[in-house]
Amino acid sequence: MAVLNKFKKKKIQGVDDTEYLTLRDERRISKENAKITREFERNKARKNVPESEYLSQMRDSRNVVEFDDLHTYFYTDIGTVKAVDGVTYDVPQGTTVGIVGESGCGKSVTSLSLMQLVQAPQGQIVSGEIRYLASDGKCYNIAKMPRSEMLHIRGKEISMIFQEPMTSLNPVFTIGEQMDEVVLLHEEGATAESAKAHSIEMLQLVGIAMPDKVYASYPHELSGGMRQRVMIAMALSCGPRLIIADEPTTALDVTIQAQILDLLRGIKDKINGSIMLITHDLGVIAEMADYVVVMYAGRIIEKGTVREIFHTPKHPYTVGLMRSKPSVNKAVDRLYSIPGQVPNPINMPNHCYFKNRCEKCTEKCGGEYPPMLQFSPTHFAACYLYEEDRDAVYFDALTGKKSE
Amino acid sequence: MWRYILKRLILAVVILVGVSVLIYMLTMLMPADYIDRQTAAAVQNGSMTQDEVMRLKELYGLADKSFGGIMKSYSKWLGSTMTGDLGYSFLYGKPVTEVLGEYIWTSFIIALIAFILQTVIAIPMGIKASVNQYGAYDYTVSVFAMIGTALPSFFLSALLMNVFSIQLRWLPLQGLTTATKVFLPGQGFEVFLDKVWHLILPITVLVVLGIGGTMKFTRTNMLEVLNSDYIRTARAKGLSEHTVVYKHAFKNTMIPLVTSLSGTLPSLFGGAMITETVFAIPGIGYMALRATQQGDIPFIMGYNMFLAILTVLGMLISDLMYMVVDPRVKLK
Repeated sequence: MAVLNKFKKKKIQGVDDTEYLTLRDERRISKENAKITREFERNKARKNVPESEYLSQMRDSRNVVEFDDLHTYFYTDIGTVKAVDGVTYDVPQGTTVGIVGESGCGKSVTSLSLMQLVQAPQGQIVSGEIRYLASDGKCYNIAKMPRSEMLHIRGKEISMIFQEPMTSLNPVFTIGEQMDEVVLLHEEGATAESAKAHSIEMLQLVGIAMPDKVYASYPHELSGGMRQRVMIAMALSCGPRLIIADEPTTALDVTIQAQILDLLRGIKDKINGSIMLITHDLGVIAEMADYVVVMYAGRIIEKGTVREIFHTPKHPYTVGLMRSKPSVNKAVDRLYSIPGQVPNPINMPNHCYFKNRCEKCTEKCGGEYPPMLQFSPTHFAACYLYEEDRDAVYFDALTGKKSE
Repeated sequence: MWRYILKRLILAVVILVGVSVLIYMLTMLMPADYIDRQTAAAVQNGSMTQDEVMRLKELYGLADKSFGGIMKSYSKWLGSTMTGDLGYSFLYGKPVTEVLGEYIWTSFIIALIAFILQTVIAIPMGIKASVNQYGAYDYTVSVFAMIGTALPSFFLSALLMNVFSIQLRWLPLQGLTTATKVFLPGQGFEVFLDKVWHLILPITVLVVLGIGGTMKFTRTNMLEVLNSDYIRTARAKGLSEHTVVYKHAFKNTMIPLVTSLSGTLPSLFGGAMITETVFAIPGIGYMALRATQQGDIPFIMGYNMFLAILTVLGMLISDLMYMVVDPRVKLK
């Protein structure tokens, strides 16, 4: 039986149904992966790394974060998953940048790369820079930063709100213990009393009615909305320059969603920070974001200001996303959905990844991956449709439908 | 909470009665009873007649093996047990309670030391293995732990005895004290050291056998916790890896760990039957095995009821510990 198993082939889901892996291949891959990831891990765990190794220069000093050709790969047993494959965009100071895309597009991995929280050892930042302008005026390249230095940035300078408020708080510690911890860790000279006072103040700031009571409660005693407020309060605790909100409202019901979004918007102005908002809800983006980045299979396919993306979407995928958004003042039979699925980014061929699902696909799309075309100082899209004529209109901006 | 405990205790009584009926029936139905064993040789060589054997059986209450007879003798046993009298052990010629009280402590001390060592060694090992999942440490520790768990205790005992007692002559082979030595009343410390010297091997056997399970249990639970969302949150706060693992993750792993380990606490009194027998240590396990082989019904009943009470108690402690360590659990 063992001999037979060796020749049994395993199908990879997604990309190409004709590709198979033998058990021997799989073993070879996992051995190679172990070698690669060990090297990465060793690099990250180094001590006393000279600062010059991870200092960098911002392209524009008005930005808080600049992603520059970021590649984050996952070394899995069935091949290397290029979860983030050459992503470049900026987060300007004091703005909200929305990142949209279907599930599995690399939105979350991009933001986790910024926190160095990608699931190690499989997930590794392979190349590219993530430049971060810290409050001390220095520009750090987070992709190269050693783990120990990263601890000063996480939670203090950049904080994160997660998708699942129900499971993101530790069940065996009270809200107070979990909130005080951040303050005691990052604020110098904080005492137990000052931390408590600060935490309660933060709970009040996020609109919790009885902060003293919530402070002493355990997470399971609170509702989902309350827990998400606690998460936000915790994220805000040390006055971060950037908040990453990874689908903060996905797990909440609609009425609570609106409250949480209002809260986030109000808080951004109060602390004068930036927000990276990850979501697949275009309604949320329209309401919150200044800039929008549309991702597909690990790459950015379109980015621009919220006006540009909503009024003159260029990439057929963006248009597809717009059309699949339910609308109240439009009579439609059936809600549109883009046919097919996001491919699993293993061994992707070098052509437009959206090709197979695209309504506007031409012969050219079979060629190499389309270059980023510029439409305005802020608007970019990667699509061959506009290669000759940047102003060509293939889609009706408002309905998102094809205009023939 | 008190109501919960009361409810559980009432339930425990029902369970214990059921267990006692089963064990009593089974021991009574064993093919050769105590008298048969004791008189077999005498009957063989003709110095005893079948009539005399029957009379003896009558005397010991083993004559009537019909269902009604068993029930009658069971109810007699139950009645005297209710008053705290477990009867006389056939084999040891003393009240069962006295035998239990005499030999329990040796077993308990051995088991307690083994339990503490095993916990102290296995839990840090499990944590470290889970943090380095699929690393060299993880594989090494897992392989050795599995070997330890898989080895039968008599085999490991025999192996260690052969190496350390027979070949190297570092440690004594069997027993709890050196039979050839004579200790004077003032030499309490020497007696103690002699016992320690004798207990090294049996405790080693128990620890090696126990480490694997606890270590694997810690590792599995720790891995599950380390992959949870709140650990990502803890990391996102900027906490050091040490704090994340030993404070945020370990406190969650403690829940299954504390409840399962505290549940085994009462069973420490139960004795290690095979290990004690192999090393000829006069502990409760060794006594019970001998009594079982000889069909000593009062002792078998007393010992097994004692084990049943320990088990029921262990489950109750385990449930109560849940309430102590997990804030989400409220017992009603």
